[in-house]
Parts: sequence; structure tokens; C-alpha cells
Amino acid sequence: MSTELDLSRRSFLLTSSLIGSAFVLGFHLPANAANTPDTEINAWIVISADDTVTIRVAHSEMGQGSFTALTMLVAEELNADWSKVKAAFVDPRENITRKKIYGSMSTIASNAVRKSQEYLRNAGASAREMLLSAAAQKWKVPANECVATRGVITHTPSKRTLSYGAVAAAAAKLTPPEKVTLKDPVTWTIAGKPTKRLDIPDKVHAKPIYAIDVVLPDMLHAAIVQCPVFGGKLRSYDESSLRNHKGITKVVPLENAVAVIGESYWQAQRAAKALAITWDEGANADVSSAGIATFIDNGLAQAEAPSARNDGDTKGALAKAAKVVEATYRVPFLSHAPMETQNATLRFNPDGTVDVWAPTQNTEAVMSTVAKIAGIDPLKVTVHITYSGGGFGRRYGPFGTSDYLEQATKIAMAVDKPVKMIWSREEDIQHDYYRPVSAAKFTAGLDTAGNLVAWNTRISGHSLLSMGNPAAIKNNMDEGFLIAFTDNPYAVENLHLDYAMRNTPIPVGYWRSTHHSQNGYFRECFFDEIARAAGQDPYEYRRKYLAKAPKQLAVLDTVAKAIGWDTPAPKGIFRGIAQVDAYESFVATAVEISLNADGTPRVHRVISAIDCGTVVNPDSTRSQMEGSVVWALTAGLYDQITIKNGRVEQGNFDTYPMLRLADMPEVEIHLVPSGGFFGGVGEPGAAAVMPAVCNAMLAATGKPVRELPVIKHNAATA
Amino acid sequence: MITLKINGQDHNVDVEPDMPLLWVLRDKLGMTGTKFGCGIAQCGACTVQINGVATRSCVTPAAAVVGAEIKTIEALTDSGNSVIQKAWIDHEVPQCGYCQPGMMMAADALLKDNPHPTDEDINAAITNICRCGTYPRVRKAIHAAANNT
Ligand code: FES
Ligand code: FES
Repeated sequence: MSTELDLSRRSFLLTSSLIGSAFVLGFHLPANAANTPDTEINAWIVISADDTVTIRVAHSEMGQGSFTALTMLVAEELNADWSKVKAAFVDPRENITRKKIYGSMSTIASNAVRKSQEYLRNAGASAREMLLSAAAQKWKVPANECVATRGVITHTPSKRTLSYGAVAAAAAKLTPPEKVTLKDPVTWTIAGKPTKRLDIPDKVHAKPIYAIDVVLPDMLHAAIVQCPVFGGKLRSYDESSLRNHKGITKVVPLENAVAVIGESYWQAQRAAKALAITWDEGANADVSSAGIATFIDNGLAQAEAPSARNDGDTKGALAKAAKVVEATYRVPFLSHAPMETQNATLRFNPDGTVDVWAPTQNTEAVMSTVAKIAGIDPLKVTVHITYSGGGFGRRYGPFGTSDYLEQATKIAMAVDKPVKMIWSREEDIQHDYYRPVSAAKFTAGLDTAGNLVAWNTRISGHSLLSMGNPAAIKNNMDEGFLIAFTDNPYAVENLHLDYAMRNTPIPVGYWRSTHHSQNGYFRECFFDEIARAAGQDPYEYRRKYLAKAPKQLAVLDTVAKAIGWDTPAPKGIFRGIAQVDAYESFVATAVEISLNADGTPRVHRVISAIDCGTVVNPDSTRSQMEGSVVWALTAGLYDQITIKNGRVEQGNFDTYPMLRLADMPEVEIHLVPSGGFFGGVGEPGAAAVMPAVCNAMLAATGKPVRELPVIKHNAATA
Repeated sequence: MITLKINGQDHNVDVEPDMPLLWVLRDKLGMTGTKFGCGIAQCGACTVQINGVATRSCVTPAAAVVGAEIKTIEALTDSGNSVIQKAWIDHEVPQCGYCQPGMMMAADALLKDNPHPTDEDINAAITNICRCGTYPRVRKAIHAAANNT
């Protein structure tokens, strides 16, 4: 009665044997594809005799649009005909057999374009030169008499033409040029122009493009219950509690979880919830948010801490200051909650190979995790690359991907059929790698004229480096944790910054906008407090201390102008402004809010500007900036992960709420690229939103918002 | 064995009567366009239409919709580019795309009911969650689709 979709035969995962083992996702090869000889010009570019250009993408697509943006960059330098360009994901095995030719395949920290644009553009330019040379050799003319435009090479004096497909085979035999000159982005015709994203049609037509959609013959379904206490283990379970459950095939114990396998996910999940389980809760059974808060506060209070910046004489300047401003700011743990919960499907084949489908930000980590757990050569693991239903840092390898993949691999090893494991939303929210808790204690000094003369910052919080790469920690310092302060752009003569590392038993991880999510809020809100103490306008006061930071100043001015900062706000409307630079981009946000009767803010308008240096796909950049607004507002207004008895108290969207359309402010995005660099676009936009909102609340009430989420601040100050 | 009329076609399925329609669609019929996001009627990723009304299939028992007209995202797609889908493509609405089948089913039901919704109507009808934050484009695309019908 079930409809089996053999995905390997559908456009979903169309494998072209001719393009090695790269998967073409979301594209239909032309009908004659099988007879079209394909030529690999270099690792990134394959040209078919029918002039189709296939560009390989090593990074994951989770909604951020880099599948298209990266393809545009290569196509631009290649002078390709965009209508004949297809994109294909790189099979991570190729990165082993070809000795890391694809570099890092991990998609994190807004790196996809930022970190790979140069080698990708070089690959495009190099291939273009090779195609030109091949045509010139065929015509026996000097290469500099030939030009390549939209996939066609023309010998200018004689007007003869050859298409890329016609010379691809000859070009591939040539030695790549040693050096190529990249185009000036002002001359771009593909990149930088609004371009329809390649992944949109399949998404709109609800094609089976996510890992969770895979359907295999004889496939079983697994649900999982993990020890609710972090670090706890499975002690025992009573299978007889499932006596009356239909459709259950097997119960599989794991070290810290139990999986129930059944004929449908619903049956498996129902049984998993009903299963009587005894946990060994381990050492963290009495961990609570209150205890963690004290632990973090002790970090703020301790006398000394390793410092990351020490300009001038902060202590001395504070002692002499006419006015001292002090404040402590706090943020909670936060969960990623991508719409597609963690899941993975594995099929162990009789020949010793394994097929795997899983949402990820790092297909290489999927391959290596499965290989490690199954004890097989990674080259025996076929990762079927899918789009990811969100990621936001949750599915970043190695630690962010390994948990659900390790489980799914062990589960599949325990049965002789393919298994799809899905985490319930509750499992997903309660077993995350959370945005770390942290707090900042500030002391700033003003002179009699209201000049900012000293700024002391103590940060206390759970180091991400301690999770990702503890060996890299020297002297208890994690400088990444202090970003936005280590590079504090406000010109202050006496500036001290130190860090009390306070690692909790709660797993932490990369969360869209990472440390900027809290540090942008801390810094920009405290800056408004300083301006207020100085009796000055927060925008003008920023301008004064950013005089030597033109990029920050430019985005700040853009949003101030757009919101009409120099004109009074309508009655009942309050404005706030903030600026942050992150992932090599510069952003500023200005907002307008009003206050609800209960004192919570109603956000009416959000205006954000970004200078990411060079815009690759304007519409995707806007869409990422819009999404960043929602990301920041959701967390900052509503969300916190709290701990009681070693377990997360929230479970689903009823207790971990999401902003919805009715609460959505009007959003206006300004792209103000200043050229000369490539900054990230997926995350920076999130950093300045909440400080702008909280600054507007300060303007409205005179009370600083020193704790997020705002609902918690409101509850505390009500 | 129960019979469900999905997108105009009868399907006989051998399921427990309280199995939610979402899982009948996904695990029994291989119709994976309808998504799982929360399982508790919060997110709307699983939205289908029951007799034209946008309904969260994760909490709708199969037995409760026997005899009803069930419409899923596959019906929108099979009809070619529906007005909604065209607007979604024109405005490049999806980011990760995962919530979008549910969004489009909710929007399609809204427009059937109210061909020219105001912003307030949209706020009231579209309560689906989009973690990627496509709300501004969802709103624009609904207005565009309304002007196209
Ligand atoms: S899955 Fe049904 S509302 Fe979320
Ligand atoms: S587009 Fe990703 S959840 Fe809506």
C-alpha cells in the first residue's frame, strides 16, 4: 500500500556517473545526458559537449542561499552562460581521494562565500583561460585575439566562434595558468546581480529534498528517548511495558538513550514515550539554572581574571572619573530548533557499503562519523546530499553532527533493514548544543564634560572553545568568546577587558551569530547607558567614538537617516539604534517600538543596513538579513533554556515560543557594500537587532534592559 | 482498513484509527510534502486542507477524516504552478524551505476563503512558524497571489 519513491532514480538525487560521484540536486539532466561526454576542466567545473556547465559546491545549503551564490562566483569568472549552468554538491569522498582539493566542507560562521570566494573565483578564471587557449590553438591564432562571452569564444578578427562544449576536451588537457587576474566586481554580469536561487523551485513544489523525506524499500522507523539529564546513562528498561503496542519491531539500548523501532514513526514514537526506563542520572542530577547563575556571577565577582585587552590605565582613569556608570548584563542558554528536527536514515548494503541521508552543515563529518561508528572505510559511505531544513550551527561537525548520526548508525547496525531515525521536537530542544550562558559586568568612567575616559569589561560565561577544541585553550582564555570587545571599535583611551571562564555541565555550541548574539547586546546596550549618563544622544555619542571607524559609521548613518533619527518619533513610538561588526561585515539596526500595557515592547519597524563589502546575490542577502531580524527578535523577546534537576525545562514550541507573522515588524534592509572585501551575510544581521530594541525600551522607560529575554526583564521589573 | 480521499483519489490504508493523518501521508503513502515540525499543533509544517479548511495533520486522527476531502501540497504542485506557488517563486519566499508546504497550504486556504485578505486577515490566518524568518515575504507573496486571482 505504500508508494516507494526510489530516490536514486529521481531528480532528487540524480547521479550522473559521468560527473564522477557528484550529486546533482534539484536539476534534471538533459535527455541526452547519458551520451554527452562530460569534461572536467578542474575540480570545480565540468563542461558537457552540449555546453552545459556543472559547477560543484562543497558547502551545505540550509536556506542561506550559498548553493546559488557560490555557483554564481565561479560562473562569473568563467564567463559562462548562466542559463546553461547547473550546480552539484561535491561528494565528500572526493575530498579524501583528491586530497582535500575541496578544502573545508564545513558550513559555519557565515563562511561559505567569505572563506571560499577566492579559490572558487580562481577556479573559474583558470578554466576560462584554458578554454580560450584551447580555442586559440584550434584556430592557430594568438589567444589574446580571442574573447569569451556567455559560454562562447570568439576570434575577434575573423568573427569565428566556438562554444565551451566544443573545446572543453582540448582545454582539459592544457596546463592550468600559473596566475590569473580576477575581475573587478564592478564589471560583473552574473555575480552581484539579483539571481533566482537554484533551490527555490524544488522547495516550492515540495519535492523530497530533505533527509527526513527519504523513503526506502522495507524501511523501518526509529524514535528515541535520551537520558533527560545531561551526562546521564541508561540503566535499564522494561520491554513488557510495550506489550500492547502495535507495529513495534525492536527496542535498541544505547549508552544514554533507548531507540524504539517500528513500522511507522508514529508507532515508534508512541511506544518510546510509553517505555518504562530507568536512568542513571549521574553527576548532574541537581544542576539548576539558579546554581548556574550563581556560578556565572561568581565569575563576575572574582578579583582577577586573564585579560584580553589592557589599553592605558583603566583603574587609574576610573578612580579619577567625574562619573562612573556600572551595569551587569545577562543572557540565557538558547536552543537552535531548526524546523527539520535531527534525523538520519541509514542503509547497510550486502557489499559492505552504507548509504546515509542526514541534514547537516558538513557532509564530510557525516561520512566520517558513520565510518567511525560502523568501523568501515569512509570511502564505503555514500552521503546522499540533501537540503537541510535549517541548521543555524546545530548541525556543524564534528560535535554538532555526531550525536544524532552516531545514534542512527548504531540503530541501523542493530537491525537488518534500512532505518530512519527522527528526533521528536522535545528531544531536539532538550538535547541541543546551546548558545552559552554568559554575563558582562561593566564599569565606565566619564569626565566632567561627559567624555568617555575609561571602560572596564568583565565577561563570565561558558567557553565554546572548551567544547570544540579544549586543547587550544591557553591561560583559561577563549578570545572568541570576547569578540565585539577585543575589537571594540569605540575609541576609548583606557580600556580593560578580561574573562572568567565558567564552564557548566550543559553542552554548548555554535548558534546563528554565536558570540555576537550576546556581546553585541551587552556592548551596545551599555553604550546607551553611558550616553545617557553623559546626557547625550546615543546616535551622536556613537558617532563621536566611531570617528575613526568609517565602515561602522557608514552603516550607522544609513539606518539613522532611514528611520528619521533627526526628527521626533510619533507619539508613543520610541527609537533605538545599535551597530555591530561580525564575520567581516558591518551592520547597524534602528527600530521603532511602542510599549504594550504590560510593558513588553511591540516592535513596529526594523531598519537594518549591511556592508558586506561585496554583494554576491542581492536578493539572498536581503533575505538573510530579514531572517536575521526574526532570529534575533524570537530569542531576545521570548526565549530561554532553563535547567532544573539537570534537565531542560522547555520542550516544544509551546514552551520555547517562536515569533509569528502577526508579531512581525515592518522590515527594511539597506545594502551598502563598500567594496574590496567579502563579509558574511547569514549571521551579522542578527547581532544589532536586540540591542536596538532594548535601547528603544530604555528610551521609553528610562530603565535599561539588562537581561534577556525581554519577557524575563519585564517580569523582574513589573 | 480505512479509505481516505486525498487529492481526489481514494486510498485504502491499513492503519490504527488514531494514527495522525500526517504519518499516514508520510509513512504509509510516501507523500512527504507534508512536514513534521512539532507534533502538537504549534508550527503548522503539517498543514493540509480538510474540506478546504487549513488543518494541522499531526493532531488529526485518520479516522476523523474518513469521507472528507483531504488536500495536500502535492495537489497544488500537480496542478502545475498554482497561483500561490507562482507568487512564492516570484518573491523567492523559501529559505531552508521546510515550513513552506505548510505555509502555502495555509495561504491557499485563506485565499479560497477570502480572495483579498488585509494584513490583519493574514496575521490571523497564518500562524505557522518559520524558523528562517520568511514572514515578510510570505505576506508579500499572499498579497501578490491575491492580486493574481
Ligand atoms: S507538526 Fe503539526 S503543527 Fe507542527
Ligand atoms: S524557510 Fe526555513 S523554516 Fe521557513
